Amino acid sequence: MKRKREGYRPLEMAAMGAATLATMLLCVCVGSVGLPLKQTATVIWNAIWGLPMPEGISSSIILSVRLPRVLCVALSGAALSLCGAAMQGLLRNPLADGSTLGVSTGASLGAVIAIAFGISFPGLPFAGTMLMAMLFGFLSLAVILSLAYRLDGSLSTNTIILVGVIWSMFISSIISLIVTFRSDKVKSITFWNMGSLQGSDYINALTLLGALILFGGVILSLTRELNAFAVGEDNARGVGVNVRRVKLTLLICVSALVGVCVSIGGSIGFVGLVTPHMARLIVGPNHKRLLPASLFGGAIFLMLADLVARVLLNPIELPIGVVTSLIGAVAFIAIFYRTRKEEAHA
Amino acid sequence: MLEVRDLTVRYGALCVADSVSFSVQPGEWLMIAGPNGAGKSTVLNAVAQAAPYTGQVLLNGRDARRIRPRERAKMLGILGQSHAVGYAFTVEEIVRLGRYAYSGPFSGGDGAEERAIDEALALTGMEPFRTHSVLTLSGGELQRAFLAQLFAQNPSLLLLDEPTNHLDLVYQKQVFELIRKWLGQPGRAAVSVVHDLSLAMKYGTHAILLNRGRVVSGGTVVEALTDGAMNAAYGMDVREWMNELYALWNLNPARMPAENGD
Repeated sequence: MKRKREGYRPLEMAAMGAATLATMLLCVCVGSVGLPLKQTATVIWNAIWGLPMPEGISSSIILSVRLPRVLCVALSGAALSLCGAAMQGLLRNPLADGSTLGVSTGASLGAVIAIAFGISFPGLPFAGTMLMAMLFGFLSLAVILSLAYRLDGSLSTNTIILVGVIWSMFISSIISLIVTFRSDKVKSITFWNMGSLQGSDYINALTLLGALILFGGVILSLTRELNAFAVGEDNARGVGVNVRRVKLTLLICVSALVGVCVSIGGSIGFVGLVTPHMARLIVGPNHKRLLPASLFGGAIFLMLADLVARVLLNPIELPIGVVTSLIGAVAFIAIFYRTRKEEAHA
Repeated sequence: MLEVRDLTVRYGALCVADSVSFSVQPGEWLMIAGPNGAGKSTVLNAVAQAAPYTGQVLLNGRDARRIRPRERAKMLGILGQSHAVGYAFTVEEIVRLGRYAYSGPFSGGDGAEERAIDEALALTGMEPFRTHSVLTLSGGELQRAFLAQLFAQNPSLLLLDEPTNHLDLVYQKQVFELIRKWLGQPGRAAVSVVHDLSLAMKYGTHAILLNRGRVVSGGTVVEALTDGAMNAAYGMDVREWMNELYALWNLNPARMPAENGD
């Protein structure tokens, strides 16, 4: 009997990578000022290899505005989607994602405090928000895990979800409280909370890349454990998975990655929930395929969502979180409806 | 190969298992019987290190608490009553998980792994279902898929928690026969929780009878499941009731109502 290979072949991975790069190129070209594809490719190519730049304004638009932003969008999408896929497997719940853990809300609180009380470092205007978001993301995880651990020693999935949801509500009310007292900052807080990667730079992109390689790499090395958790925690223990250690490792990696994403792009909802879900409908629940598919799928999805945010109501730019939720919800319902219908006919 | 000494499990003030001791040697099939709430499943879960306990569980003379999960999985495997798989994994993927303890993060798909999976699928008759989603299987097929996972895991000791609880007669017989066949290899043993005393007598070599967390009787099946011990554990005349039920078969089999199968 012919066996289906569990993971992806190098060629399949290369095809997904190529699709991601093509989307990236498209997103750099299209915008308030349309740029020809060939010129864009030349500018990026020359910049990479240190060749002299062609004349004109386009190279500065490409290199200092669009490219860093598109890179950040792609990396955030990939990271959030990977985290969502990991959480959905770990907690055996298709509705879980980074925000279920309460970490993204916690990170938001950190950033809101930084914005509302003007915490910043001289010379590094964005470092205050970023550091506070990461700090509060980690603090949230620590609080959630220690509360869950006190409630039951085994860190059971239900307890983590319950504590995470309660923690999110608690933090949301604190954010509202801060907004009430700092009404002068409402606009910037609200805009940040809706999520936007406007004005991202290469440092942001490098931070995201580093976090993705480090924490994403760990997540990607735990595909078999995630398969076992997705079948059932008891089953995972039975086949020899070190349940507590793997769970703790995954939770730490996911919250670190979500914390970094939130600190750079604000809370971008839905990508971590919808992309892995769509990927699962197409490639199946095996994490050896699901995680890479979610990674590339998340990057493509968020780049396209960002493109729509930039060009739909040009020159007004929409917050990316609004677009992801709008596109995501409709696509989600459409796919869900179709598969259910097919299942009913099968 | 398994020795349990003074195993005690408490949920708050409630003592679910109270100083339970027994041992299992290679070739034996120990049946843990007793009324509902006697602590049968609790004892099994504690042995599998899935519930906190005091006392000692020794696997081949070593404290089970100190054995690393991967290594433990090669010594001991557990099959639950029912499985609620949330995602559409294929039967092959479920069985492959049984090989977790034998492979590293990026390995897998080697000859030994594929052979073990093929053998487990063949033994349980699940080969035709290899690529089927577990969400489409019947209760009996699903239980056999997880039994195949357990066979692929190849531990020397099987722990079975009412393995045929939700299964009708034909699957009940199939699963018990499969386990008996598996036990035929040297160095293997099984412990199962059963509520059906007839099954305990038919397949068990040894038994312990529990009531309210305490061992009422233990030893070979004949020694442990005496009338006196069973009457004490269940608080009723067990033999009389069994005789009443089975007398109906001899009287007029055609008159038996169909739903009395289980």
